[in-house]
Amino acid sequence: MSRVAVIQYPGSNCDLDALEVLQKVEKIRADLVWHKDLKNDYDAYVLPGGFSYGDYLRAGAIGATSPSLKIVREAVDQNKPILGICNGFQILVEAGLLPGAVLRNSGLRFVCTWTRLRVETTRTPFTKLAKKGQALLIPIAHNEGRYYLDENQIRDLERKEQIVLRYVNEQHEPSKDSNPNGSIDNIAGICNEKGNVMGLMPHPERASIRALSPDGQTYGKVIFDSMIETLNGLGA
Amino acid sequence: MHMPPQSYLIEVVIENKPLARDPEGETIHQNLVLKGGYSQVTKVRVGKLLRMRVDADSPEQARDLVKKLCDDLRIYNPAAHTCQVRTVG
Repeated sequence: MSRVAVIQYPGSNCDLDALEVLQKVEKIRADLVWHKDLKNDYDAYVLPGGFSYGDYLRAGAIGATSPSLKIVREAVDQNKPILGICNGFQILVEAGLLPGAVLRNSGLRFVCTWTRLRVETTRTPFTKLAKKGQALLIPIAHNEGRYYLDENQIRDLERKEQIVLRYVNEQHEPSKDSNPNGSIDNIAGICNEKGNVMGLMPHPERASIRALSPDGQTYGKVIFDSMIETLNGLGA
Repeated sequence: MHMPPQSYLIEVVIENKPLARDPEGETIHQNLVLKGGYSQVTKVRVGKLLRMRVDADSPEQARDLVKKLCDDLRIYNPAAHTCQVRTVG
């Protein structure tokens, strides 16, 4: 049976939420592992949300120097699925495992709200069970979520199908109004070239249990379902 | 005769790249500086300042060491930031 590690950093605060969904909703073996104790004996890794090292210097910048990143890099090379949520996304970006930077929200405020996301590709282990163009309602909660990459590199990202999720309006179109943080091109989530590393600012673990969603929907679950499906497919 | 290392003060200034918007700088410019009547000021950028005290044989050596550490330890994210290193004392 597959085993998934949720990596706990000093300052993580969504680690237990991710663990809860993996253990009780997905019913798979998942462990909470302190970042200094991580070993490469898991089939997938989740870097959870929070404020590792108090967001000092830049969100994720110090977390990115944790010894756990050595293990994560090995796992990336072995094609294991790696998911970074919120601060986990920031850590993956700062570690250079995902391109770009995640800057302070354009509104200069912490934003905690439900967002509508459009699935732009189903080629990742975290979106393979979703439909391209499908809308997912998943909340965000961050102060530094403005994804940035130079214009010419954004085109490269698009061409290589590395843009996974975009913030969209009710018509499922990316718009200024539906962009909660000023992210370039309304980008909410991206993956690496191979597709096995995905980072996103929204919190799918907060939208995977009916009782926690305003409309009783569990749109975030498809991210975890896809990961489990991938692991089962790998025979892990 | 080898001189003992001296202590130098080095400043690191990290700013968003020109094309990466800086909403804090824009707000200060629009809502404080221009509103306060200082129309000669055409742009404000907010950055982060790190002041480091460094033991080295010369100011150049101290600055080079800090430049190296800024790159090695990713004190700035080259995807979005510029980084200036200067000796102040």
